Amino acid sequence: MSGESDKTLDCKGLSCPEPVLKTKMAMNDMQPGQVLEMVATDPGSANDIPAWARRTGNQIVESKEEGGVWTFRIKKS
Amino acid sequence: MAEEKNKRLVMIASKGSMDMAYIPLIVGSTAAAMEMEVAIFFTFYGLDIINKNKYKSLGVAPLANPASPMPVPNIIGVLPGMTMMATTMMKSWMGKQNVATIPEMLKMCQDVGVRMIGCQMTMDVMGVKKEDLIDGVEIGGAATMLDFAADSDISFHI
Repeated sequence: MSGESDKTLDCKGLSCPEPVLKTKMAMNDMQPGQVLEMVATDPGSANDIPAWARRTGNQIVESKEEGGVWTFRIKKS
Repeated sequence: MAEEKNKRLVMIASKGSMDMAYIPLIVGSTAAAMEMEVAIFFTFYGLDIINKNKYKSLGVAPLANPASPMPVPNIIGVLPGMTMMATTMMKSWMGKQNVATIPEMLKMCQDVGVRMIGCQMTMDVMGVKKEDLIDGVEIGGAATMLDFAADSDISFHI
């Protein structure tokens, strides 16, 4: 990932719904404008994390998939 | 989305098998994480999901369940020990995928603020006391659930 992140969250190996729940919990402790970098191996996360971000008004600034690992950088609104 | 009213989800959990317990707990905790207001009304067999003495040992039905993890004919599924076998098999599949257990899901629901309501009438019928239910649940009847449901955007019956 190219940009800076304020916090990282490893959800590798976790299944639905934990990546979304842990992302939410991690974002709770952050300030608006800060960026969380989360990684997941659950293929559902590819759609779930963007859906969660849309619904909660947070912004995905970068996302990628590499060898079954999804990485999202999410900016807190 | 602070200026908008939060969406509301209400679910009626009426089944007490392990697979049917996962649905309200997964959907409920995820909805709460998506900043929705969530209430789950646990009624009839669904009350077992929040019963301290039962939630750790919910089972999977091998009988009248063509999708059972143990694909045996009903005539075999009726034998003693078959429910335990189907349950063990399902738990092993879940464990391999690292899916949270029912106790873990209950804890997560509480952490994200899912409102859980135990059905008073079911408690009376089944002889379940308030102290039999996990901490942090409310007790109420149909009106309590409907009061919340009347302003809900989404409703599920499970």
